[in-house]
Amino acid sequence: MKFDAPATTNPIDQLKAVGKPTSRIDGPLKTTGTAPYAYERHDAAANPAYGFILGSAIAKGRIASIDLTQAKAAPGVIAIVTAENAGKLGKPTGHTVRMLAGPAIDHYDQAVALVVADSFEQARAAARLIRIDYVRAKGAFDLAAAKDGAVVPETGWTAPDSAAGDFDGAFAKAPVKLDAIYTTPDQCHASMEPHATMAAWSGGKLTLWTSNQMVAGAVGDMAGTLLIPKENIHVMAPYVGGGFGSKLWVRSDAVLAALGARAAGRPVKVALTRPQVFNNTTHRPATIQRIRIGATRDGKITAIGHETWSGDLPGGGPEGAAAQTRLLYAGENRMTKTRLAVLDLPEGNAMRAPGEAPGMMALEVAMDEMAEKLGMDPIRFRTINDIQVDPEKPERPFSQRALIECMESGAQRFGWNRRSTRPGSVRDGRWLVGMGMAAAFRNNHLIKSAARVRLDKHGMVTVETDMTDIGTGSYTIIAQTAAETMGVALERVTVRLGDSAFPVSCGSGGQFGAVNSTAGVYAACMKLREAIAQKLGFNSADAEFAGGQVRVGNRSVDLGEAAGEGELSAEDVIEYGDIAKRYQQSTFGAHFVEVAVDAATAEIRVRRMLAVCAAGRILNPISARSQVIGAMTMGVGAALMEEAVVDKRFGFFVNHDLASYEVPVHADIPHQEVIFLDETDPMSSPMKAKGVGELGICGVAAAVANAIYNACGVRVRDYPVTLDKIIGNLPPLA
Amino acid sequence: MKAFSYERATSPAEAAALAGRTPGARFIAGGTNLLDLMKLQIETPAHLIDINGIGLDRIEATEEGGLRIGALVRNTDLAADQRVRRDYALLSRALLAGASGQLRNMATTAGNLMQRTRCPYFYDSNQPCNKRQPGSGCAAIGGFSRAHAMLGTSEACIATHPSDMAVAMRALDATVETVRPDGSVRAIPIADFHRLPGDTPHIETALDPGELITAVTLPKPVGGRHIYHKVRDRASYAFALISVGAIVQKDGSGRVALGGVAHKPWRVEAADAQLPAGAKATAAALLAGARPTQDNAFKIPLVERTLGAVLAQAEAMR
Repeated sequence: MKFDAPATTNPIDQLKAVGKPTSRIDGPLKTTGTAPYAYERHDAAANPAYGFILGSAIAKGRIASIDLTQAKAAPGVIAIVTAENAGKLGKPTGHTVRMLAGPAIDHYDQAVALVVADSFEQARAAARLIRIDYVRAKGAFDLAAAKDGAVVPETGWTAPDSAAGDFDGAFAKAPVKLDAIYTTPDQCHASMEPHATMAAWSGGKLTLWTSNQMVAGAVGDMAGTLLIPKENIHVMAPYVGGGFGSKLWVRSDAVLAALGARAAGRPVKVALTRPQVFNNTTHRPATIQRIRIGATRDGKITAIGHETWSGDLPGGGPEGAAAQTRLLYAGENRMTKTRLAVLDLPEGNAMRAPGEAPGMMALEVAMDEMAEKLGMDPIRFRTINDIQVDPEKPERPFSQRALIECMESGAQRFGWNRRSTRPGSVRDGRWLVGMGMAAAFRNNHLIKSAARVRLDKHGMVTVETDMTDIGTGSYTIIAQTAAETMGVALERVTVRLGDSAFPVSCGSGGQFGAVNSTAGVYAACMKLREAIAQKLGFNSADAEFAGGQVRVGNRSVDLGEAAGEGELSAEDVIEYGDIAKRYQQSTFGAHFVEVAVDAATAEIRVRRMLAVCAAGRILNPISARSQVIGAMTMGVGAALMEEAVVDKRFGFFVNHDLASYEVPVHADIPHQEVIFLDETDPMSSPMKAKGVGELGICGVAAAVANAIYNACGVRVRDYPVTLDKIIGNLPPLA
Repeated sequence: MKAFSYERATSPAEAAALAGRTPGARFIAGGTNLLDLMKLQIETPAHLIDINGIGLDRIEATEEGGLRIGALVRNTDLAADQRVRRDYALLSRALLAGASGQLRNMATTAGNLMQRTRCPYFYDSNQPCNKRQPGSGCAAIGGFSRAHAMLGTSEACIATHPSDMAVAMRALDATVETVRPDGSVRAIPIADFHRLPGDTPHIETALDPGELITAVTLPKPVGGRHIYHKVRDRASYAFALISVGAIVQKDGSGRVALGGVAHKPWRVEAADAQLPAGAKATAAALLAGARPTQDNAFKIPLVERTLGAVLAQAEAMR
């Protein structure tokens, strides 16, 4: 199905199943511990051996010698894989670094060996007996120090430079201006399920049960690494315990499980340890951002500039933290610059709302600072600078843009008018209390997505697509989509996901999963409707699908009967024309936060949060809300505690476990509310929906930082905002 | 995890005797710290002696009017004990400020005293650490040291002791009772139980090899307001950046101990004497000789301000 004109009325608009607050259909499997995750697929691959990865002890250099003698002789050891015996391996485009190092070492904890043994404990103990002599090389680990050598990146999701009008001239002339530097730290995804894979070979064919967001991409990555045809690889990832961008590609667990299984001649499973998740996989790269905003005295932005620097290993990409600044606010004179330095840290890559999440952490504090300079309410300042077209290309309107409505309805709901404009002036016992807000913004991406739908003689509908559910609710919204389109009850739909034998979907990432995967399912269902009508001799345009029947005029037939003894099946793909070129598709929101800062210790505690989102049709208010509150929680982590600390001498993330890399716990999140504006976006797809999972994090940290400033009068521009950055500026205790 | 042997002891004396006979043996009770460290091969005991079956799980009144807390009393039970809540509220509050409900259900009184530092370099066996591998150096010095010690540190180690409970025990003048492999018993004042790092940071307590903690005793109650103020980046389930445990009497006198600043709970007699003079004077006495790093220098004002808040709270409770 080609989608290249705005959607008109279609079966989804009935909203009998879509749009209903439906609890996730895979919930009982998860709450009873029976959802089969990759590492537990003993039912599928009997008697697997256990692989344990040994990571590099140095950040950069080479292996001078490696001695496996003791490890090989250790109890239970079956095989040891190293670069010396692994055979030739390719490096697919999805990978910046090799998944198996040696002799050169690219980063700390990069895999140098896999020990396969009868038990996990034996493999782990034997890995410690491998003796490696390393030769250290000098590496670059400090972004601030490497910044001046940063270059224009060759890759990236957005153009490295953008410009319109005369930024320098307009900024110089602006009567009110801000020029400030903000920093965001490296962050780790910290998914509950670590990267894990079970691998089995049968002849030259490889089967992988893995934890991955993009199944077709995983097949390609494995083929490109093992240098075997894609047809010989079968990947399954039906249940994924969180990804947040860390599982967009296969990582060392998958590659080494496959190599280990080949060496051992039996299925092998590999899970990364928690410390390995930090230093062996990917992270959100740290940024240094300079923002300059110039405005007239009445608050109209005349110049806006955003420059951002990040680092990555050679061949890696930048963190595109300036992307949103091209679109979010008006201003005739504008510029962005994205620069990339070489850092020899583990690979930097996508994490929930890459680009916008750290970009909004800076931009939305800058907007708060400007509002204060103008003596203007922050919502008023943003409203004045709202724009309904792409500021760089005014002929290109937004498909929908309800930022002002989000801010205004949020302000009313939150009691924004009770915010004191004088920082540090509201006291509640030992606490200084303040409110902050920020806009939320994240683009909506259209990516083709396919599905197959089958109808059997009982009238049961089965959907098959390689789409994944990474805890997001894909199973449920896909079932709702099929139920709506086929006119059957939700219980009559079975959804099968995450299998490379199924049609290729968009996968989970970039908050594009929900709208595109359901649109693909819709397309396949529409094709199946045609097949049914055709079989029955109905004119498909007149056929009504409802109540498990297909009806034309007085004639109605049960769907099961229509299928007959065999089954009817249809496969289709949603593909997009140039509609995204003609209309800018983005999602919008407003975050409101109240915080308290301990007047003595500067400890910061969030008291309540509100998000108002405008993201097109909400396919399922329950799962959408879960996405947003999860994102808000992650935003609190980014604001207040999350920082993968770099040891600039040895080049690794020091706090590589969940005791030292803190993420919010329940006590940190006392109250959250989410409101979705009632809207549909006919430019997005037949579903008229857009993404919410990343919108929910964009702006949260800035709203927290702005609330902290309002509470105690201390402006912190370096995340996370921790008490040590505040305490020196608090007034003396009475 | 290295292969190890395992046996269950049936009495304290037997446990100590077994430990005396088996070099490299470790006692295991709740296992909340030891098992994690064994998985990382930071602890590699050849033999584990399970002491969960040796009794020592009661809290009893002493003849002196205090309490004897069995070594195996779980943190949850100790925090909930009516006598502790009434007469030693500082201890109850410190316990509840630590770990999580699940961990407190497993963790024991003796194990809490024996827990090891949370220095991230101690946890990464690729890095030098004099505590993990004596003589290898200290990666924390010159490294990431935001949570580290600033008092009683040495050139060999700047790690902290992570316990909240021990801070309260220190302020309460607890005594640690033990039995040695030869069956002899002794009582170690809590002040002498944890050691400063010096050049031997791997030796963390006054215990001899094979010596088993049997109980911790508290002297008779001293009254006063009991306040435990733990400062941390998130609201729960985090180790202290610093903590202040204080008992303040109506006349303003009292005692105070700090957590998160040293290799042991930090108490200074001269600081106790300054309490009536206020937070500034008390903090100055507590922090005399402090050698913070660039990362943890904020702990100096933080101690003074937290102490100020604690004393204000005590004043308000009068």
